[in-house]
Amino acid sequence: MPAWLRPGRVISFVLVNIWLLIVIIPLYYMILSSFRSEDTYQTDNQWLPLGGLTFGSYTKAWEVGMAHYLLNSVLLTVACVVLSVVLSLGMAYRVVRRNSRWVGVSFSVILFGLAIPVQAIVVPLYIMIVKMHLYDTLYALILTLTAAAIPVSVLIMVSFVRDIPRELISAMLIDGGTEWTVFRQLIWPLSRPVMATLAIYNGLNVWNNFLLPLVLTLNNSTVLPLGLTHLQGSFSNDVPAVLAAVVLSALPLVVLFVMMRRQVMNSLGGIVAR
Amino acid sequence: MTAQASVRNATTAAPLRPQRGGGPALPKGRGSGVADLVGVIPIGLLYVVFILVPMVVAVFLSFTSWNGVGNPTWVGFANWSWFFHNSPGSAISSTSSIWLTIKVVVLSYVVQTPISIGLGLFTAGRQRYKVVYATIFVLPMLLSTAGISYMWNGFLDPNFGPLVPLASHFSFLNQDWLGSSSITLYVLVAIIAWQFIPFHTLLYAVGRRQIPEVLYEAARIDGATPAQMFWQVTLPQLRYTMVTSGILMITGGLTYFDIIYILTKGGPGAATSTLPLNMYNTAFQQTQFGYSSVMAVVLGVIGIAIAIGLVRGTGFGRMQSQQEGVN
Repeated sequence: MPAWLRPGRVISFVLVNIWLLIVIIPLYYMILSSFRSEDTYQTDNQWLPLGGLTFGSYTKAWEVGMAHYLLNSVLLTVACVVLSVVLSLGMAYRVVRRNSRWVGVSFSVILFGLAIPVQAIVVPLYIMIVKMHLYDTLYALILTLTAAAIPVSVLIMVSFVRDIPRELISAMLIDGGTEWTVFRQLIWPLSRPVMATLAIYNGLNVWNNFLLPLVLTLNNSTVLPLGLTHLQGSFSNDVPAVLAAVVLSALPLVVLFVMMRRQVMNSLGGIVAR
Repeated sequence: MTAQASVRNATTAAPLRPQRGGGPALPKGRGSGVADLVGVIPIGLLYVVFILVPMVVAVFLSFTSWNGVGNPTWVGFANWSWFFHNSPGSAISSTSSIWLTIKVVVLSYVVQTPISIGLGLFTAGRQRYKVVYATIFVLPMLLSTAGISYMWNGFLDPNFGPLVPLASHFSFLNQDWLGSSSITLYVLVAIIAWQFIPFHTLLYAVGRRQIPEVLYEAARIDGATPAQMFWQVTLPQLRYTMVTSGILMITGGLTYFDIIYILTKGGPGAATSTLPLNMYNTAFQQTQFGYSSVMAVVLGVIGIAIAIGLVRGTGFGRMQSQQEGVN
């Protein structure tokens, strides 16, 4: 019996392709239906691209405010990624440097945050943000989402920076380097790969976060995921327009993914496996 | 310690195993104290203000009664005893929420783990066609939770969805998927699995690639069958991946909110009102911040308990040192 006909092979081939269908069919349905119009959606063939296809739903979704949501999402994600990556790298260097004892204690306290789910603190966050007069601003989201990303970011950065040979740090300090030159000329350049990894991981989490925008914003600072629910509300039965909005909201990530597929997949899988 | 001594230490220390707390001490650089402050204070402040303080506030609020106006009133353990004996003022009983949450966690784990392991092992290969499969399997991760929810909402629509024309041939497809008190919870678990299996597949693929091929060669020489290799080489070697992935699934399932909120808001009735949903509705629909904080604290405590169990039970410390050795 040839190797590819072994029962194990055949079964795994069948199962993998069943999963392939489970992944593709709803996506296919969504893309096909997003090119329908509100009137023809209910009568046209649901499975085949027969009959009228139109961009109408896309223009409709765009005009209702997608651009505004998109801008907010981009600003929020960039701010959170830059803050979380840079701050956690700086902290990681101090932890590995082991200059004062309280730094190590702070590290443990921050690791404790890994155990606290955002759901558990969302009510106090809401109250605090309202009291700080930050409700419905991007600042509210930037501060809280960055804070939520801190524990995992610091953990990952420390486990990376710890592997930078201490001899290098030591040599630079002996040669008269300051803490800043060590950070700027050694830690920072060597950490580029892990910074990229963490940026992708945190970026995706922030981009897709739903709960904090739901609780902390109203209209001004709506980001894409929450914007979809607003659209759903205003379109009510216009399923194609909602689906077109979903496709539009995913486009930035799809473009990013197409450009750097390997990097994205490695960072998502590798970040926790590290 | 003098600078020279530390250099000597640095060169003689075994490079592969820098122990936590071990390794050569570094010389004091100029302004290292200031650098500590600059490196730790801003991030520490963010963390304390937006994570630790809210946690403490949640505990405090759980002993008060408050509708968001005026000041909270101290009520002692009243909320807590309501929580364990079902509040008369709350529409949804907390016991049923806890029960539903446990159901979601267990079902998610049971559904997602075997599928993720299978797909992960399959996509771990470097063959071209497997890379294509792996790429397609990642696609759900590019959609936001809201996007996934509305996609399935359209797909499962009992009147105009694409399953309707098929239902005339297969009558079991004729269901009110998202509006039935008997099956909706399972539909939600399936959608959650659709969203998260890609991530766990990636984890297992990475884990599989880190298993040294030598082990398989040795097993082959000993005449092991593929099944034996799976049970006696692959699975034991994947144990850390299984711990990581399992923890993420359990904590994820415990706190799962987005899809359930968007698709059912906890309904129909209370059929899908898990603890996070119940907490959100109690806080932001019924504005009972005190009682909802009890649920928040319970979520937090379970999260911390799981983390402690993780550290104790699986030796997270050991895992770190093992990784240090490998890297």
